[in-house]
Amino acid sequence: MYDAGKIIPGVVIFIGLMTFPMWLGRSAPPPELPINTPAIQQLGEKKCLEATPYMKANHMELLDSWRNEVVRDEKRIYVASDGKQYEMSLSHTCLGCHSNKDQFCDRCHNYEGVKPSCWNCHVAPKEKA
Amino acid sequence: MEWSRRTFLKVAGTSALGLGFKPALDALAGNAGSKLLKGPSALAAKRWAMAIDLAKCPLSCTDCVAACHETHNVPDFGNPKDEVKWIWREPYGDVFPAQEHKFMGAGWKEKSVIVLCNHCEEPACVRVCPTQATFKRPDGIVMMDYHRCIGCRFCVAGCPYGARSMNFRDPRPFIKRVNPDFPTRTRGVVEKCNFCVERLEQGLPPACVAACQEKALTFGDLENSAAQIQELLRAHFAIRRKPELGTHPQVYYLV
Amino acid sequence: MLEKALVGDRKYWGWLAFLIVVMGAGGFFYLHQLDYGLGITGMSRNVSWALYIAQFTFLVGVAASAVMLVLPYYLHNYKAFGRITILGEFLAVSAVIMCLTFIIVDLGQPARAFNVLLYPTPSSILFWDMIVLNGYLLLNIVIGWTVLGSERKSVPPPHWVKLLIYVSIPWAISIHTVTAFIYAGLPGRSFWMTAIMAPRFLASAFASGPALLIVLCLILRKVSRFDAGRQSLQMLAKIMTYALIISVFFVLMEIFTVFYSNIPEHMQHFRYLFWGLEGHHALVPWMWSSVTLAGVALLILLIPRTRQNETLLAVASAATFISLWIEKGLGLIVTGFIPSPLEKITEYFPTGPEVLITLGVWAMGFLILTILYKVVVSVKKESEA
Repeated sequence: MYDAGKIIPGVVIFIGLMTFPMWLGRSAPPPELPINTPAIQQLGEKKCLEATPYMKANHMELLDSWRNEVVRDEKRIYVASDGKQYEMSLSHTCLGCHSNKDQFCDRCHNYEGVKPSCWNCHVAPKEKA
Repeated sequence: MEWSRRTFLKVAGTSALGLGFKPALDALAGNAGSKLLKGPSALAAKRWAMAIDLAKCPLSCTDCVAACHETHNVPDFGNPKDEVKWIWREPYGDVFPAQEHKFMGAGWKEKSVIVLCNHCEEPACVRVCPTQATFKRPDGIVMMDYHRCIGCRFCVAGCPYGARSMNFRDPRPFIKRVNPDFPTRTRGVVEKCNFCVERLEQGLPPACVAACQEKALTFGDLENSAAQIQELLRAHFAIRRKPELGTHPQVYYLV
Repeated sequence: MLEKALVGDRKYWGWLAFLIVVMGAGGFFYLHQLDYGLGITGMSRNVSWALYIAQFTFLVGVAASAVMLVLPYYLHNYKAFGRITILGEFLAVSAVIMCLTFIIVDLGQPARAFNVLLYPTPSSILFWDMIVLNGYLLLNIVIGWTVLGSERKSVPPPHWVKLLIYVSIPWAISIHTVTAFIYAGLPGRSFWMTAIMAPRFLASAFASGPALLIVLCLILRKVSRFDAGRQSLQMLAKIMTYALIISVFFVLMEIFTVFYSNIPEHMQHFRYLFWGLEGHHALVPWMWSSVTLAGVALLILLIPRTRQNETLLAVASAATFISLWIEKGLGLIVTGFIPSPLEKITEYFPTGPEVLITLGVWAMGFLILTILYKVVVSVKKESEA
């Protein structure tokens, strides 16, 4: 390789710089998200639509498929894997329980550097911590 | 092994393509199907349509306009350039330019008529939309998918009725009272009347029909022989806007 | 070969710097537009397509005009065009990139532009436009680069390039036909509802493209030692003349159809353009200027003595280009919306940010063109040495 003496160390340094938060351990831990809103406290069984790990990993895809199904396929009811039925609505269903949007949704999104554009249009209900 | 720059680039390019294969497949794969149902009290029809009785509609009443725009968070920009409207009044001569003549009575000359999206049977806007952001539902309603709209305004150019409005600015600051049960839109998408699909899903008639105190607006299923709208259209002479254009509009004006 | 664009004199770099400054201004205002929305332009509820789309429409024509060099040379062996087909192909590259940029700049939600690919809609002409424009861009990049690269190495181009060149000929016609179909099939817009929309587009394209090429060749002769040759310039001039005559003839056909039939809906648009309608006459001086410029151009071009005088030819080419730019890049789009479907007249005036964004895109196009032409001129200097 031409100039290998310069290129290989350069690539190693580059990779090191780009990945340092992972191995230096200086990155901030993910935030603890409060889920003790009044609506959740009133729930008999403290359960979201699906299991928490699934919701954490897949809520974006779930919402994405919901918006197509509601708008384009005229479907309104989501039948969860345990058979319970929910209205497919970000503002009513999700935010109905998780009414503390900026403590729950926004904190994690800010941590991840994600800016979902849902709220440009969808109206977030009033905060109830 | 002697690696030329060219070989390296070829291998890198092929690897990138290969690595992108699984994510692309995943993206295209649908959800592991969970059951999805319609709302329980949804109104259903084969062909929704509206009849407007011009005789019953008082000259400057805007109850239907107010009800629609409030329910659907339609902004009021206060200037005709950025204006967004779903339903509004227009002078009779502008709505039916071919049906106007010099010797009409003053009653007709000054008459203003309610106009809205006609939810055409063969809509030009649906034909031209490059992303199917506007599409025709099986029940005849021409629907907008604001998630998909890229704001190209081909549909605005395609609509022969001027029924569509582009959000040239962010509408949020210009909505007098936000209805929390319905989303707003954002800058850069085109919007129009949706025949109140969200109300139909709950078994309610469209907001304009409910708000009209003179009962000038009738909404119903043209394929349902028991529907009032069929009776009205049989009993009265009705005209439609620009029927010669082949769009088959489904808003009928009873004269 | 791109490294050849990195070598140039002060005038070259000065020109590039100027273009980059204009691009920067355009970029700055585009960021503003992304934040505020398209309301920052002069567009309104009634006039929903304006300067950006008009520039795109005009530039598709300029891009298509490369076929006017390729067809005579590759199909009919007109040797004089051999040295300059590359100029036509690279002009097409620059013009199509400008077209695509103008479309992106005009979108309300440009981040979602990919939806056109994710949800293909064959019933929509914009879908086909995306396909033919990108295909044409790819064709011209591959053809131009390969042929130029072969010339640089003093070898004949590979066989498969011939196939691509033959494909590019009907493809060039298709890009402008498809663009015309965007307008010509809309039931509610009587100004555009004419069967000769596509022929008109093609005729004005084959006049405005060669016009620009003639001016560019004359500039190249001044700033570099590349000489397109008198014969090719004269042939381009003849092509331009015939195309301009046909273009004017088509407009006259429109005017006859509209006014002899006396149908108000159709007459109104032409009334607005040439005489004003109900007190609104913003475009009238522009249209008559366009007519005058076309007349001046035709006068120069139809007389052989004046056509062969290269200074006058430059004047005629500039006049042709500007005249057709006014007709297509100003008059065509906006007038389709005036009057509106509800008989309202909303006039359109571009705003400052809108003009600067437009100039920024044009500057980007000229930057690409300058760089590509620099490569061509340098390669030809080497290979002909």
